[in-house]
Amino acid sequence: MIGAHYPVLQVVIPLIAAPLCSLLPKTKLPWLFATAIAWICFAIAIVLLLQVYQYGPLSYEFGSWPAPWGIQYYIDIVGAFVLVIVSAVASIALLASRCLVETDIAPHKHALFYTAFLLCFTGLLGIVATGDAFNVFVFLEISSLSSYALIAMGDNRKALTASYEYLIMGTIGATFILIGIGLLYSQTGTLNMLDLRERMHAIGGFRSVHAAFAFFTVGISLKLALFPLHHWLPNAYAYAPSVVSTFLAATATKVALYLMYRVFYTIFGFEFSFDLLNLGLILLPLSIIAVVISSFTAIFQPGVKRLLAYSSLGQIGYMTLGLSLASKAGLIASIIHLFNHAFIKGGLFMCMACMLTRMKSTRYADLAGAGRTMPWTSAAFVIGGLALIGIPLTSGFISKWYLVLATLEKDWWWLAIIIVFTSLLAVVYVWRVVEQLYFREPHADCAYVKEAPPLLLACTWIMILSTVYFGIDTRFPVTMATAAAEALLQ
Amino acid sequence: MRKNPILRETSHLLIPAILLFALYVQFHGDYGPGGGFQAGVIFASGVILYALLHGIKKAEKVISLTLAKTLAAIGLLLYAGIGVLGIFLGGNFLDYNVLAHDPTHGQHWGIFFIELGVGITVATVMISIFYAFAKFKK
Repeated sequence: MIGAHYPVLQVVIPLIAAPLCSLLPKTKLPWLFATAIAWICFAIAIVLLLQVYQYGPLSYEFGSWPAPWGIQYYIDIVGAFVLVIVSAVASIALLASRCLVETDIAPHKHALFYTAFLLCFTGLLGIVATGDAFNVFVFLEISSLSSYALIAMGDNRKALTASYEYLIMGTIGATFILIGIGLLYSQTGTLNMLDLRERMHAIGGFRSVHAAFAFFTVGISLKLALFPLHHWLPNAYAYAPSVVSTFLAATATKVALYLMYRVFYTIFGFEFSFDLLNLGLILLPLSIIAVVISSFTAIFQPGVKRLLAYSSLGQIGYMTLGLSLASKAGLIASIIHLFNHAFIKGGLFMCMACMLTRMKSTRYADLAGAGRTMPWTSAAFVIGGLALIGIPLTSGFISKWYLVLATLEKDWWWLAIIIVFTSLLAVVYVWRVVEQLYFREPHADCAYVKEAPPLLLACTWIMILSTVYFGIDTRFPVTMATAAAEALLQ
Repeated sequence: MRKNPILRETSHLLIPAILLFALYVQFHGDYGPGGGFQAGVIFASGVILYALLHGIKKAEKVISLTLAKTLAAIGLLLYAGIGVLGIFLGGNFLDYNVLAHDPTHGQHWGIFFIELGVGITVATVMISIFYAFAKFKK
């Protein structure tokens, strides 16, 4: 009986857990509670994915009001896949967060930290689960507001300005999305995504629909940190507490990308977005610039967290690049990379979290010789770095392989060459870290640091090993991405 | 405060009226304009006015920061709890029809408690934000 309610429980369980969490005492209870909730959500997400894969999309009507009038939750294979990614990363990050939160955040704020984390988690799950355009905006605000608070909790004072910058840019982005929704509502009189899609066919291309399309494109690109709207991201990820950078880097931009798929494919439809308005012509050059410039910039960063943030911008560029090819193969490549990059970047940020617990800094010079003092963490970073470059037997290779195949399908040799060239840039910036870790003498004050706490290290290795596993056994991401691309292109 | 008898006496006149008006907006929300959010803001403005005129310490005797935070969580839980109650009584999430013996009463009760949850949370969050700024020290 309860099985029919899984689509809503996915979002409501963390939503109810958040206020409960704020009432918990200053012990390790908030951590245990939040972690348990995240794992329950992960289990629900897996059940949902299995159900959707076997029996097709699930729909759930709030308050039993029928679909175009009431709020509907609609979970198809794309949504279920992203739900699994988000909840998997959240459960691992929360499990690992115990010692990170103890060092980064004052004890009386622990319960509130986990409350904000659960709210952010709720928002991200809600954006994916809902089938109502206005509901998307509400959950976008829930996730954004709580992530501003989470970023501001970083111990560096610059975290405050980073968070404030993100607040300004994020609010502009969300407002643009809201204007887009408003314009569509004025033209169609509906907010239900599936209903919007049908009426969109009927009314065709009014100018206000074109304007709505433009507002959506800019708003989502801001949330996605697509070049040139990316400026908020590097500081936000670099100064946030490590567990927050891990979680946001692996999920927040991915959910924004999911929103992009939803808006361009489900609401506006492929023909309107790519044939009539030539979205590919705008996204393609921006993605190429994003990939090239961010990879170059990543090489010259003073610290590893900033390096990873810039590398994230480049990887987002690969995902939008796949999208901009306007083909099924490109879309599949984009979705596969969405999955793989979540675990690669999550794992790498967790390596940095391990180092931060012992070294208190992730500047290059301070990491010198960590290969000897923290061998397990350093090895994890090397494997994650190889996946980021796209070496065979790692999941990064699978992403690049499908992306190159998609470009060759269009006979765009030059684009395939750009992808390989930017992977070489990744070799440069990963090598800069590896050189510090393994080929430098440790500083006198860092010579005797211990390996990271066991629980944190174990979680890091789960992330890193999953990138290796999905690099060898590609059935799960490839099957899901193919099914998702087919569902989107219907 | 003793130096400003006009402010003090006006506040004594105004604050009860503000709080009463908040309750009116809250509970009359399903018949006229109003609802939980507006009522919460009005109620909080009454408390904030009291704190501005009589000092934060006296205001905290009425509603302490801990109490405000707890009530904020409870209001949200009331909202979500009514939603989940719908599931347990055999309907969907936020289904009010199943809350009472017939759907009309169910809808009435559902909206009543949901708005009450909204009102409690909005009022106490406004008060907490005010305390956070008022007690801020460098």
